Amino acid sequence: MKIYIDLHIHTALSPCGDRDMTPNNIVNMAKLKGLDAIAITDHNSCENAAACIKAGKVAGILVIPGMEIQTKEDVHSVCLFRDIESAINFQNLVYNSLPQLKNKPDIFGEQILYDYSDNIVGINERFLLTSSNLSFNEACNLVKKLNGAFIPAHIDRNSFSVIFNLGFIPDNLPIKTVEYRNYEDLKKMKDSKIVKPDYRFIKSSDAHYLWDILERESFIDVDELTVSNIIDVL
Amino acid sequence: MKVSDLVEKLNLKVVSGFDGLEKEVKGVYTCDLLSWVMSHAVKGNVWITVQVHPNIIAVASLLELSCIIIPEDIEVEDATLEKSNQEAIPVIKSSMNSYELCLKLSQIGV
Repeated sequence: MKIYIDLHIHTALSPCGDRDMTPNNIVNMAKLKGLDAIAITDHNSCENAAACIKAGKVAGILVIPGMEIQTKEDVHSVCLFRDIESAINFQNLVYNSLPQLKNKPDIFGEQILYDYSDNIVGINERFLLTSSNLSFNEACNLVKKLNGAFIPAHIDRNSFSVIFNLGFIPDNLPIKTVEYRNYEDLKKMKDSKIVKPDYRFIKSSDAHYLWDILERESFIDVDELTVSNIIDVL
Repeated sequence: MKVSDLVEKLNLKVVSGFDGLEKEVKGVYTCDLLSWVMSHAVKGNVWITVQVHPNIIAVASLLELSCIIIPEDIEVEDATLEKSNQEAIPVIKSSMNSYELCLKLSQIGV
């Protein structure tokens, strides 16, 4: 079956995420837009994923727990997991690899934690908007070990992308899918052979505001609408 | 000047790619965005970068750079060292930062 997705969405836990990016606002906006599944991918953290999964169940939309990791090369990658336990396991590894700095909310923005009813239940005080000490390769292999999917993010962007920072996608890693933002930019990269054509290319919004969330434009084929089926494909 | 000459003159530490020490060096390039390096560095350059991903060896080999200097004693990944041995691209470590390395390289005439 063909399902419409947006697998890169930030909540207000990401310092750059809008305050309106609460679990219920996100899942209901995604539902309104006609999506079948979304992923919650905050910078170096999964702490709002469980609340979004719960809110998604009520709204009737599938939510995949994830994270947008920033590896030590300043490269962003979307990491998706089959269950919240795997996501938290990975989060612990990432937290241990972040510099022990405190966030400065007045400069970078607040890092807000919600429950599934959109109540604020805490503030994450770690500085999340920075590089983990894990390398791109290490992060990819750790996510695979947890049976997740590792998707280099916005490869067509001129910052924080594997192509821009590392020149090309290392081909000795278990990467099947890569994410882009703009088809024209991706096409230029494919035409100039900067990126090999044999990846699965998915468009994601990297939404930091509610209105950024994709409409029914990015799809994949799965046997069944479950998190495991989606991750198998990716 | 050869890679081995600059290693000796600046008292640097070669960690891998020893087979490439007789390469001629021509100019210095320093940048950490590999896509930028791929389109701007030129053959023979000594390349200074804080990146230690195995891709640095592929870039150096593609452009026929003479060697890579990793500043500030940054630990280099094993996979990178392995690739550097295969491709005979010397990976050299230093406690100096990129700016200090540029100054020293300039002083010895690279």
